[in-house]
Order: sequence, then structure tokens, then C-alpha cells
Amino acid sequence: MKRSRMAYPYIFVWMPLFIVAPLLFVLYYAFFRDGQFTTDFVVQVFSDTTYLPALLNSIWIALATTVVCLLVGYPVAYILSNMKSRSAALLSMLFIMPMWMNMLLRTIAWKILLDDSGIIVRLLEWLGMENPRLIYTPGAVLVATIYDFLPFMILPIYTVLQKLDRSLIEAAHDLGANSRQTFLRVVLPQSVPGIVSGITMVFVPSMSTFAVSTMLGGKNVMLFGQVIEQKFLIGNQWGVGSTLSLVLIVLVLISMFIMRRVERDTGSEGGTIW
Amino acid sequence: MKRFLKFLKGSYLGLVLFFMYMPIFVMMVMSFTDSRTAVVWNGFSFGAYADLFSDSDVKEALVTTLVVALVSATVATVFGTATAIGLHSMKKKRRAVIEAVTQLPMVNPDLVTGIAMMLLFAFIGLRQEHGLLRLIIAHVTFNLPYVIFSVMPKLRQSSNTLYEAALDLGCSPFQALMKVVIPDIMPGIVSGFLLAFTLSIDDFAISLFTGGTSMNLSMLIYSKMKKGVSTEFCALSALMFLVVGILLLIVNMRSIRQEKQAAIQEKKVMRKA
Repeated sequence: MKRSRMAYPYIFVWMPLFIVAPLLFVLYYAFFRDGQFTTDFVVQVFSDTTYLPALLNSIWIALATTVVCLLVGYPVAYILSNMKSRSAALLSMLFIMPMWMNMLLRTIAWKILLDDSGIIVRLLEWLGMENPRLIYTPGAVLVATIYDFLPFMILPIYTVLQKLDRSLIEAAHDLGANSRQTFLRVVLPQSVPGIVSGITMVFVPSMSTFAVSTMLGGKNVMLFGQVIEQKFLIGNQWGVGSTLSLVLIVLVLISMFIMRRVERDTGSEGGTIW
Repeated sequence: MKRFLKFLKGSYLGLVLFFMYMPIFVMMVMSFTDSRTAVVWNGFSFGAYADLFSDSDVKEALVTTLVVALVSATVATVFGTATAIGLHSMKKKRRAVIEAVTQLPMVNPDLVTGIAMMLLFAFIGLRQEHGLLRLIIAHVTFNLPYVIFSVMPKLRQSSNTLYEAALDLGCSPFQALMKVVIPDIMPGIVSGFLLAFTLSIDDFAISLFTGGTSMNLSMLIYSKMKKGVSTEFCALSALMFLVVGILLLIVNMRSIRQEKQAAIQEKKVMRKA
């Protein structure tokens, strides 16, 4: 029997119909109006002044979130991976558990905290600040995005560090490297795959997030994802919406491409160490 | 110095944990406030929980969420396992192309996948009233790659000789598949199912664009949240936090116990040697 036939329903029916066709529809709606080819939507997207600020906002928020998550998350993963297995298992579970909580509910928690009559504002007032305003600011959106995605940075780095061969570290020490050199030249290069998958797991979704800015940004902070959402669910402007989605797809592809390159380059560099 | 370093590491972990759990803790506290909005503390009450349990929208959304998760995860697991077995015996070049296309729903932002599915449903005329079917199809679409990619590595690890031995001993190819190959890759199938199930329960963006008249929990929270933060959400997250925590604790306890047993076994072996 040819076992490869078992994949035929997927290859010839499911994949073309539910993976390829939907994306072709996005392409179609971006370039066709009533069956006629048009570049109107593309021109509109790139000439309208409302889309670019939203796009820049999204890129800025996504970059800042990724950097902060990496800087905060890497040490956490590193410390956890160096702990004795039993307590590390329990602790790492604590760090990853929020991943399984509904993201909208976790975002609502920040709405409660940052509200004008919430605890943090009260605390700031008590400390003598006048009319502190936290909610509906870019900072609020940033903090909540970092909060939402931090576990997605910790988990992949922790997984890679945990599998790291301890004898390599011992060998580095035996050969006279101090802790800093060992970390920079042995541990860090080996953990690049974890860092890369962490960055992709944080950057791509935070680039397209829209729930966080709807809840915490109000009208002051518009994100790109939010603009796209409104084109489809409120405005019924499928043409412009599809064009904006294409821009998002292209950006994600570019960032994925860069990450692959980084992984490959450091991979070969890691090789030269030996 | 060493002690100080240990203290520093401990307090760093503590600080990050505080950042991660303080919002959840505040929500849990606020679920007991005696006010409609979750921002002010007005004294103790179980009102939020009473509201939550008598809310028929919440009940309906919960049922939708669980049905969609269970059905989509089951379909994706059966379909994905069969596909993975088929793909495994294909030529490398062809397989690489299909794997690349299969990765698309994992790589694309959820927002884009949701919109693309919505456009497809509009074209084939699967209307908003069939929300449940639309949700299930959309969820299977984004779950399938995860199942395929958690079964594939297990297939690569298992050798073909057992399968061939089963055939030599008189099994039909189907019997050999069910009795030899499937048990061998079972861990991959189980983790694929669990991943699909949790992803489906958590999904928001894809459901928002495809759900139509059927609402899952995320969609309901999103639509209600626009009217302000009611204490119902706090009660809901407190309960969800408890359920997730208990489930993870059970899983973790089991793995710790297994680890302990393995350690004991190892000691016994060492002693005999």
C-alpha cells in the first residue's frame, strides 16, 4: 500500500481550499473591485495620512515589547535553568501559567489597575502627583502588551537552556574562561535558537494586536491591527482592509526572513568557536 | 558573595513574579467587591459570582467554546495524524513544499488568518447563521499544522522495521498501522491534541472574524468589555485561574512523582551493579 496516499485529502482538498484560497482572496480584494483590476486601494493606503501613524505605532510597540521581554525574560530563563530540577519545575510552571489564561481577561486586569480611580493612580496621588493619567496612554498599551507576551519569551529560551550540555560549561571553565566569558561565548550562542523563536512568538502577535489598544489605548493610541479590524467589522471596507492586511503580511515575512538569517549567521559563527 | 548573588537572583525572580501575578491577584480581590464596576472596593459580596452564574450569555458562550475546542481538536488530531503519516513516506522535496504551505497559518498573524477565512466563507456562501460550523472549520485550519508538526518528529524517531516485522508476521497494512505505528507515535498525537485544544479555547482574533452569530467566551468578553469593566469578568478570571492552576498542578505533580520513581529505580540499579 502506498502510505503517502493518506496525505492526499489534506494536500489536494484541505490545503488548497482552506489555507491557499483564503489568502488569495485577500490578494483579490486588495487589487480588484467588482471584477476589475484596480490600484485604487493601494494608492489610498499609501496616500492616506491615518494609516502610517498607526503602522508606526504598531512597529514601535512591537519592537519595544520584544526588547523588554527579551531583557526581562532571558535572565529569568537563565536563573530557572540553573536551579535544581524539582524547585525549577514548580517555579517555571508559575512563570508559564499565565500563558493559559485568556489574554483578554489578562488585559482587563490592567484596565482595572490603571483606571483613573484605580489603585495605582490613588497611590500616585497619595505620593503627591497631581492628576496622574495612566489609562488611554501609549505607556498603558505597552505595559499590557509586555505583560501579555512575557511568558512566550521565557518558555522557548528556558527550554533551550535546560537542554544545554552542562559539560560544555565545565569544559569552558577548565580551559580557563571566567563566568562572563563562559556565558558570552558558550551559553549565549547556544541559546540563539530559543531567543529567535521567543522573538518571533512575541514580535509577530504584538505587531498585529488590536484588543489591547482597543481596551487601554482608547482613541489616543491607534494600532495597525485595530485599523484593519475596523475596516472589516465596522466599516465594511474590504478592499482597503485587505490591502492593509497585505502590508502586515509583508512586514511579518520580512521580520521572519531577518530572524532566519540571524539564526543561520550566528549558527555558523557558533561553529567557528570550536 | 555567593549568598548575596543567590539573594539577588531570588529577588529578581520574585519581582518578575510580582509583575505577573499582581494584576491577577487584584482581579481576584475585585471579584468580591460589592459594586458593579470592578474599579472601586465597596465591601465584600458574592454578587459578581451570582451575576456570572445567572448570565445565560456566559453559559452559551462557554458551551460554544468547549464544543468548538473539542470538535476541532478531535478532527485536527485524526486528520493531522493521517496526514503526517502520509507526508512521512513522501519524497523529501515534495514534502518540503507542503510543509512550507502548512506553516502558513502558524506564521501568519491570527488577524490575517481570521480575515482570510471570513472572505472565503463569504465567497462560498457559508453564512453568519452557521457560526458554529464556521468556527469549527476555522479552528481546524489553524490547529492542523500544530498537530502535524507534533506528530512528524515522532514518526522520524520511530523505525520502519517494526512495521515491516508486523507485515511479515501476517498483519494487514491497516492492522500494522493501528497496532504498531500509532502506539509508537502516541505521545506526539496526545501532545498535538492538547495543543490544539488549548489553542482553540484561547483563540480570539480568528473567532472574532469567523464566528458570526455564534460567540465563544473571548468574543463575548470583547463585546461586553466595550460597555465597561464589570465585576463579572473578575469572577470569571478568578475561576479560570483556579481551573488552570489546578490542572497544571496535577500535571506537574505527576511528572515530579515520575521523576522521583525514576530516581529511585536508578539508585536500585546502581546498587545492584
